[in-house]
Amino acid sequence: MRPILLSGHERALTQVKYNPDGDIIFSVSKDHVVCAWFSHNGERLGTYHGHQGALWTVDVDPTSTLLATGGADNTMRLWEVKTGKLLKTWDFPTSIKRVEFSADGRQLLGVTEKRSGHLGTIVVYEIDPDPEAEQTDEQSLRIVCEDSKPTVAGFSYLAHYIISGHEDGTVSQWDAKSGELLYNAQVHEPDMLITDLQWAPDRTYFITASKDKTARISAADSLEVLKTYTTDTPLNSAAITPVKEYVILGGGQAAMDVTTTSARQGKFEARFYHKIFAEEIGRVRGHFGPLNYVAVHPQGTGYCSGGEDGYVRVHHFDKPYFDFLYEVEREQAQEQANL
Amino acid sequence: MAHSYENLPMEDDEFDESQIDFTDIEEQYQVRLDEGLDAFVVIDGLPVVPDDSKAKLVKFILRKLNSVGKVKDDGVHMPVNEEGKTEGYAFVEYNAPSEAIAAVKQLHLTPLDKRHVMQVNKLTDIDRYGREGRIEEDYTPPKVEPFAQTEHLRSWLGDAEGRDQMVMFRGEKVGVFWNNKEEAPEPVVDRENWTESFVQWSPQGTFLTSIHSQGVQLWGGKAWSRQKRFSHPGVNLVDFSPNEKYVTTWSHRPLQVDENHPVPLLSLEEDGKNYIIWDVATGKPLRSFTTLDVPTSTDAEGNPVKKKMQWPTFKWSSDDKYVARMTQGHSISVYELPRMNLLDKTTIKIEGVMDFEWAPATPKRDGIKTYEQLFCYWTPELGSNPAKVGLMTIPTKEVVRTRNLFNVSDAKLHWQSDAGYVCVKVDRHSKSKKSLATNLEIFRVKEKGVPVEVVDSIKETVINFAWEPKGTRFVLITTGEIPAQTAVPPKTAVSFFAPEKLKGGAVGNFHHIKTIDKKNSNAIYWSPKGRFVVVASLQSQQSFELDFWDLSFDKPKDEAEKGEKDLNASLQLMATAEHYGITDIEWDPSGRYVATVASAFRHHMENGYHMYDFKGNLLREESIDRFKQLVWRPRPPTLLSKEEQAEIRKNLRNYSKVFDEQDQAKKNTADKAVIEARRRLLQEWLAWRESMVRMLEEEGAVIELNGGKIPSEEDEGAEEIEEIVEEIIEESEEVVP
Repeated sequence: MRPILLSGHERALTQVKYNPDGDIIFSVSKDHVVCAWFSHNGERLGTYHGHQGALWTVDVDPTSTLLATGGADNTMRLWEVKTGKLLKTWDFPTSIKRVEFSADGRQLLGVTEKRSGHLGTIVVYEIDPDPEAEQTDEQSLRIVCEDSKPTVAGFSYLAHYIISGHEDGTVSQWDAKSGELLYNAQVHEPDMLITDLQWAPDRTYFITASKDKTARISAADSLEVLKTYTTDTPLNSAAITPVKEYVILGGGQAAMDVTTTSARQGKFEARFYHKIFAEEIGRVRGHFGPLNYVAVHPQGTGYCSGGEDGYVRVHHFDKPYFDFLYEVEREQAQEQANL
Repeated sequence: MAHSYENLPMEDDEFDESQIDFTDIEEQYQVRLDEGLDAFVVIDGLPVVPDDSKAKLVKFILRKLNSVGKVKDDGVHMPVNEEGKTEGYAFVEYNAPSEAIAAVKQLHLTPLDKRHVMQVNKLTDIDRYGREGRIEEDYTPPKVEPFAQTEHLRSWLGDAEGRDQMVMFRGEKVGVFWNNKEEAPEPVVDRENWTESFVQWSPQGTFLTSIHSQGVQLWGGKAWSRQKRFSHPGVNLVDFSPNEKYVTTWSHRPLQVDENHPVPLLSLEEDGKNYIIWDVATGKPLRSFTTLDVPTSTDAEGNPVKKKMQWPTFKWSSDDKYVARMTQGHSISVYELPRMNLLDKTTIKIEGVMDFEWAPATPKRDGIKTYEQLFCYWTPELGSNPAKVGLMTIPTKEVVRTRNLFNVSDAKLHWQSDAGYVCVKVDRHSKSKKSLATNLEIFRVKEKGVPVEVVDSIKETVINFAWEPKGTRFVLITTGEIPAQTAVPPKTAVSFFAPEKLKGGAVGNFHHIKTIDKKNSNAIYWSPKGRFVVVASLQSQQSFELDFWDLSFDKPKDEAEKGEKDLNASLQLMATAEHYGITDIEWDPSGRYVATVASAFRHHMENGYHMYDFKGNLLREESIDRFKQLVWRPRPPTLLSKEEQAEIRKNLRNYSKVFDEQDQAKKNTADKAVIEARRRLLQEWLAWRESMVRMLEEEGAVIELNGGKIPSEEDEGAEEIEEIVEEIIEESEEVVP
């Protein structure tokens, strides 16, 4: 199917997210506005106004009632999805680079930027899922990262751990109750910024993307690297597809170098790899700037990508996507059927 | 009172130098002068004669000695022993040391008569080398090195699968690989910093040449050990003779060889030279030359035209017997190997000569039984004389054929690989000098009297031309007028030519087969075995096309058009491909594969290579950071006779059956390995996933197991309600009469 082009933003996209039902896409961009779109036709549902600076991150709770955002105006905000009402604003000394709800939606974490004498931190708030309720100002947990600045973070299954990716290419595992550092692993090349961390549907493993041109899948409990996907371009994002065993990687020449290279040279393509065999199976072109984020429909029926070029491209997978199987997978399926 | 000019004391001016005693200074700085013995030579090997006939002998040798210089009056001293006989030697004094040196150079080892050979040496040399103690009195026989088996330099030809090797230069690494078609090339050897600028194969593939600031090294054998080393500081370019016997090295900087800058194997003679010609077998220099200044010419507006250096400057005859260099506009110097002496001690004067090319094979002209090599040259219009193309035979230096041409602005010489034809591509300008057109003058070298055929049907400028190797067909690319100041290069047209088929297999006149218009192509690459040709656009910004043509395509009978039959060609475009950023094309020596390269020498976009088969099917593509070179290892000419080759061709079907089976078997095992690996990966993954799911179930992770959605009561009893909404957009009523 032809991709749907969402051209409501005026500046580079920074994050796009599907809600758990997959019917709505939330997008944030450097133009200070949060947009909500219908995923099946690309119609805009509404916008959320209030942020005073570029937006870096967005997340929606599992019931699609609450929306969290964070940005360069040093605030993290909570909105009501339905009405667009601003429910809560938390102020910080530096900008918010990443927000994420836990699987049950009762906790919200934020990653703060390291700047002007402030170390990078990961903060956690208890969230009341009722949109009418007063949200707390009290941080239930505050982790200060002294060694290396965290860039991305998220909750593991059952909110056991908080996993964070750092600018030095390491991944840390924290106890989500006590904030204690349990383990730190050099998952990517040293001093290669980790740009994204996305979870598998059951949050037992996650994929990280890095400037070292690779994406890797690691297990949440052991931090063991299970798979490595090597590309020829710095990566900004990586997502795991449900239903089919694929991963989608996005990236391209760094935005500042783009003017000196042709679109072809920039490698602004979404790349599909087989999750288990780590082999490239396809590419999707379209953006004329690097892909800043790729998100997969929770039911695995499509994906969308937000680019430095200011567009969100929404793709719905066609039949061949679902039909494609490696010979050994077909064997496996046959065996399953025979049982 | 201050000293003014007027009252300076007069005495100071009358200063007498002789009054001062310099002896101490003179002693300290005395230069030990030559004792004047440099003008003396010693002559040995003279006949022993009685005293009375000594004068006669002196007179006799003086005649020889005076041929190189002037011997001083009474300059010959021939000692006589007690028996009143001469001793067979003499001391001779020349007027100047330079004459003595000339005498040693030219007269040493000149025969006087049947029994006597004159040996001439410098007196100082006798003193220097022959002084007591310098030479051991006892004879020690020279040590004969025990025979050491060297490596087999052509072992790669014995590959069981008949694969070809290629060298790849990427980043700082140089590696030699076996070509494995679709599969990743199999490494043979891979070394960091093997070369400093580029790598080059010798023409028959025996050696791999690496270039260093100190010189050139040749590598080969199974272990890729160093075979030879030619020290030439600052070397830029290397050229082999066709049979790998000799190597020419060139540096743009003149060599500096003296006591302070000793270079192994080079002597003072090489000082100031740019070219060195080496003997590959011994590793020693044969002769060195300086770069000739190309006469600077000016273009129409009077600006000096920057001439590109011709490389190779020293051109080899096909059998390594001669090497020749042209002095543009004047002459061609032909040197004989292995002595590197100028043929007949003179250069061949050809006034105005612009270019020359040796025949790439030993020509077999009709009715010529003796040994000969040919070269072709051309001269431009000089005064009222027309431009000329000539064929000269060596060693007799006879001109066997010339042809006069008019209105020539440039000419290029293209030999066919068997030396059967030479095509002279003549760019001719109209009388007004405004438009250009190209004529092809094809010399049929092997036919009696060397007839010339002219193809003058081409209306545009030919920018590229190539003969089919070992064949009689050719391809050329033409372009129209180049519009001034446009960034877009003009469109080109590709034309194919083939000779008429005559009875008895003779080659008839050349005819135009087909022209393909509106192309961007600029390069022609024939398969080394002929028949197939790749026409491409190289180093272009917009176009990266590759067209794979077959010139002997077997058309189904009913499709064969009438009138096509009498031409020796049947043209078919087999495939078209595109390789972004392509800079080079390389056919493998067997004509089975084509490698296309996007080299980091030219640009930094998507460096890497593509591998096609001869039909233009893409087998493999790989992009490699800073990929610079891919060069196939050449093969020496086949040892099979024509009959044996024909036999193989006849039975090709049987052979290919075996090869297909081998390929299939290999593929199956490779596939099997890949499938095994995948199966293992899949099993591991599924097992791990299962353990995770179990763990989640134990922990009671309901949301996680539901794919991130909070399962609710409603969901379980959920019922899908299909709602059909009909919207009436417009309703109109019409009355039908």
